[in-house]
Amino acid sequence: MAQMTMIQAITDAMRVELKKDEKVLVFGEDVGVNGGVFRATEGLQKEFGESRVFDTPLAESGIGGLAVGLSMTGYRPVMEIQFFGFLFEVIDSVSGQLARQSFRTAGKLNAPVTIRSPFGGGVATPEMHADSLEGIVASQPGLTVVIPSSPYDAKGLLISAIRDENPVIFLEHMKLYRSFREEVPEEEYTIPLGKAAVKREGTDLSIITYGAMVHESLKAAEELEKEGHSVEVIDLRTVQPLDIETIIASVEKTNRAIVVQEAQKQAGIAANVVAEITERAILHLEAPVLRVTAPDTIYPFAQGERAWLPDANDIKETALNVLTF
Amino acid sequence: MAANKKTQFDPVQTLQEVEEKFEMLQILNEKGEIVNEDLMPDLTDEELVELMERMVYVRVLDQRSISLNRQGRLGFYAPTAGQEASQLASHFATTKEDFILPGYRDVPQIVFHGLPLHQAFLWSRGHYLGSDLPEDLNIFIPQIIIGAQYIQAAGVAMGYQKSGKEAIALTYTGDGGTSQGDFYEGINFAGAFNLPAVFIVQNNQFAISTPRELQTRGKTLAQKGIAAGIPSILVDGMDALAVYKVTKDARDRAIAGEGPTLIETMTYRYGPHTMAGDDPTRYRTSDTDDEWEKKDPLVRFRIFLEGKGLWTEEKENEVIERAKEDVKEAIKKADAAPKQKVTDFLEIMYKGEMPYNVKEQYDIYKAKESK
Repeated sequence: MAQMTMIQAITDAMRVELKKDEKVLVFGEDVGVNGGVFRATEGLQKEFGESRVFDTPLAESGIGGLAVGLSMTGYRPVMEIQFFGFLFEVIDSVSGQLARQSFRTAGKLNAPVTIRSPFGGGVATPEMHADSLEGIVASQPGLTVVIPSSPYDAKGLLISAIRDENPVIFLEHMKLYRSFREEVPEEEYTIPLGKAAVKREGTDLSIITYGAMVHESLKAAEELEKEGHSVEVIDLRTVQPLDIETIIASVEKTNRAIVVQEAQKQAGIAANVVAEITERAILHLEAPVLRVTAPDTIYPFAQGERAWLPDANDIKETALNVLTF
Repeated sequence: MAANKKTQFDPVQTLQEVEEKFEMLQILNEKGEIVNEDLMPDLTDEELVELMERMVYVRVLDQRSISLNRQGRLGFYAPTAGQEASQLASHFATTKEDFILPGYRDVPQIVFHGLPLHQAFLWSRGHYLGSDLPEDLNIFIPQIIIGAQYIQAAGVAMGYQKSGKEAIALTYTGDGGTSQGDFYEGINFAGAFNLPAVFIVQNNQFAISTPRELQTRGKTLAQKGIAAGIPSILVDGMDALAVYKVTKDARDRAIAGEGPTLIETMTYRYGPHTMAGDDPTRYRTSDTDDEWEKKDPLVRFRIFLEGKGLWTEEKENEVIERAKEDVKEAIKKADAAPKQKVTDFLEIMYKGEMPYNVKEQYDIYKAKESK
């Protein structure tokens, strides 16, 4: 075991997979000799060589095309989109091509591609770096979308993502890259995709969340505990497909739920979670399922982040509304 | 205007000089005469005959496909008549190891690479078994998103380069497709990584109704290769020998580790853009059609082969009959394909275990289908 930040755990996962499977290739803008703009691929090119870990021209669409073509010839690409706001340049390769590859070839040419990309607010990035666009890819059949919130989860989930035979979007929240350390095993281990984690057990309210909002939710839960409310916090870890069993079991126990996301209300995946709970557990609900989200504007100018991003206070307020409904 | 003033710096002249370099390469003229003996490709008599057979076969395939489409027995179909030299002579320069990434009009190439004809028909109709690719067949299904096949070709070529395979990725787009970002990114990536890829632009003069002049001010499309720093060439796309020659040379260079090539084939489609209601008389004159019909790739290659005593009317009729027979058989086989079910679609979404939502829907549809 070692104390790792999330970014170190991510690097470690790629190291494990590069070592284990010679078909794994890591590429993107500045991921080679530079080790990535966040050091996520630090040391990997040195260890595995330029044919395994390499830089590309500055063109997201071309990077997506490389991944598609490499997957057709038996490789297992781990491509990086420098910031997920740049998704729009490569949306055809992601949603129009990779997601459909198995289907459109009747299952003959699957696409074992992992797309890593940082996102997320709170670190005053310039325009189109921090946007939460997971809702866009979550709505595309054929894609799995993973968002870890801790170093331990990040490593196990990334190894699973790379080994998955289908395209997986792996979104890394920038604020969580180095915000804390955690014990992470040095050997390989996996965490199944599509499985949520109960980060805190409780009996009065379920908070269902993911990404940086997991930590805000845990903070809110602690405060609520002081006021006599026992709150369960579920970290989805995979936002598509959802772990219905864990979500519903929790709601059936607590009878009250809120869904918390950093994305705008009209975006993200919170509405999906609400719909699933409504369809499957309405008779267990003592109150409507409310959402904590960002407002429906474009992602804010850097100095406005604090006012705009949802935080523990917003979560606590909504939780109390549901608890006292 | 500084037109009179001689400077060391003349971008206008630079452009003119560059564009003048892209002369159209021709080996066989419209009369079936060899006009460029030095460039004659190294093809045996049998190979020359085989190439003619393929071109005749595809002309028949096109006529039959149009008629089957009109009868409602085929679905999406993009006519190919006129482009036989461009499509089949370029493909003739490949081996089975090469990977073909076709556009939506490039069905003939993948059929001759090994896709069974009935599957091509199923693809046209919209049946998943049309793209149930046979094992070891190095193709992708026809790409509908114009340009996507170009960036993907770079990826396939990189895969081949990494595994040390002596093979290329060959891809096709049209004149309109050269305006796409993915067209440029594809050739540029292939150049930057020195990949074994051959990019063909089939300039058939029109992107649906939009004439090629409206796509770009560039005098040729071949010159776009300069932006990627890769060799490029303009070739008479109605001349099977010239198309074969430049593709073969490009393949040889790629295999030798010398990187990609961009080839513009100057060609024409006699038919509409697709069979989905496009009417070329709205945007093309019969004069233009007549002019291009004189350039027919079959006519000149036929004269050439007849002159060598390699082709007869009888032989041509044999090919025509064989093609018609094959089409009939293939349609019959396509008709026999099972009706598609939702559970089929759910099953081919993911390799391995179905995610919960797909599994849940699979069970629901399975129950419906067994009623």
